[in-house]
Amino acid sequence: MRFSRREFVKWMAASTGVAAVAGCAGMGGPSAGRVVVIGGGFGGATASRYVKLWAPDIDVTMVERGDVFVSCPISNLVLGGNTQIGNITMGYDGLSSRGVNVVRDEAVAVDAGARQVRLASGKTLPYDRLIVSPGIDFMYDSIPGLKSVDAQNRVLHAWKAGPQTVALRKQLEAMRDGGVFVFHVPMSPYRCPPGPYERVCQVADYFKKAKPKSKIIVLDTNPDIVSKKGLFLAAWNGMYKGMIDYRPNSELQDVDVKGMAVKLTFDSVKGDVLNVVPPHGAGTIARQAGLITANQRWCGIDWLTCESVAVKGVHVLGDATLSAPGMPKSASMANQHGKICAAAVIALLKGEAVHSEPAIMNTCYSFVDGRSAMHVTSIHQFDKGKKTLVPVKGAGGVSKASSEIEGAYAWGWARNIWGDALG
Amino acid sequence: MKPTTFRASCAAALLAAGFAGGAAAQEPVYARNLASACFTCHGTDGRSVGGVPPALAGRNKAELLEIMKGFKSGTRPATLMHQQAKGYSDQQLEAIAGYFAGAKAGPAAAAPAARVNF
Repeated sequence: MRFSRREFVKWMAASTGVAAVAGCAGMGGPSAGRVVVIGGGFGGATASRYVKLWAPDIDVTMVERGDVFVSCPISNLVLGGNTQIGNITMGYDGLSSRGVNVVRDEAVAVDAGARQVRLASGKTLPYDRLIVSPGIDFMYDSIPGLKSVDAQNRVLHAWKAGPQTVALRKQLEAMRDGGVFVFHVPMSPYRCPPGPYERVCQVADYFKKAKPKSKIIVLDTNPDIVSKKGLFLAAWNGMYKGMIDYRPNSELQDVDVKGMAVKLTFDSVKGDVLNVVPPHGAGTIARQAGLITANQRWCGIDWLTCESVAVKGVHVLGDATLSAPGMPKSASMANQHGKICAAAVIALLKGEAVHSEPAIMNTCYSFVDGRSAMHVTSIHQFDKGKKTLVPVKGAGGVSKASSEIEGAYAWGWARNIWGDALG
Repeated sequence: MKPTTFRASCAAALLAAGFAGGAAAQEPVYARNLASACFTCHGTDGRSVGGVPPALAGRNKAELLEIMKGFKSGTRPATLMHQQAKGYSDQQLEAIAGYFAGAKAGPAAAAPAARVNF
């Protein structure tokens, strides 16, 4: 790209300031370093975007296996028929136009000694700093009946937004009125603490409108509703009274795909549509890279930099991390991890001091029907004594009640976090 | 254009966009990092997509600080901001207000629609 001075000024005026800055990369001085990001979810996309926004002279390559970004937040509304999958599906060209090199491929190996990532295509990417934001992968080994791909395609998780979200919606649409939807929730910590209970509301909203004789059985491994309990119970005992049978302490033993039943320790629960969210841990590449440090599932990190405690030069973000105390696995947190990490990576590459007092916030909305939502929020400040982020006592909380005002805020939240990660 | 001229233009762009360059002190970076927690809901640099939650970029610092302190003390009603403002010290709120006051108001960067389906 070549500009005359006049063209440059015109272009700069026409763009936002941010876009003009991004355009400087590769045109001025030499690169200040090479950052490779594995994964284009909320964590990886945000980190890629912010390294480029805040330090245009750093080269950023983001490796993502999917063509498009499908948002888990709001995806339960697709199940309820309250929005369409197209409304939560976005492209990566915003990142490309900011100067992020978006590579559609899959990272299959990390060589931290040689500082390079090997891709499924056989290519290698050298890095000075690596950011791994792999999300989650399911542990199907613990559920014998779901080991085959065929079984996994019949009993869905729909816990990664995308084709499974659409497929589960189709199963619900095909179910007879008077049918039973059986939904299994894994033991905490899992991705999105209020997500299961929002899903129950969305399916109930659909049944109430389209299949009023139908029932929902919730088989929760946890001893109680994990998040926004009072608010969800208000919906379940109010507008959805009589539709939801909530069974805590329901530990999954297996799934009988042929007999369409979820097997618990002392019981077997039959349904017309089964939805099982298997236990999960950090995405597979984290395991390969030696980043998993806790319960064979999660990656321990230094919360000042998001750098792995196990592998130097490698940072981990999002749901794959061993959560700091009171920190949920959420899109909101992954987005905020991305910014802590971007700022730290820039400082480390430039030999500057890393910000020693990060403070981040979690904000998650849940919809009880097509219009009304409620929030949970928490603020996490770095505690120098404990050397981790801790929730601020007396701050944060939940809505008094779900409301349409918060429903509008929830959509605003979604559009802004999508823009903040991908715009 | 010579590379040196271009770099000067870039430096000007950096300043115009409210971003700290290599010579920046820690304080602007500290304020930027703190404020970036607000971007999740209010948009990057406080430029909100669709205007809800409201845009913060380019607003008056004293006014923003007064609003946030009102949320913190409970005198200003809110759905959620009263719970968040309590999580910050007055100094942090001031740094955040200062950052948004210095950010350029303008159109938000929305996420692009997908060109293909999965």
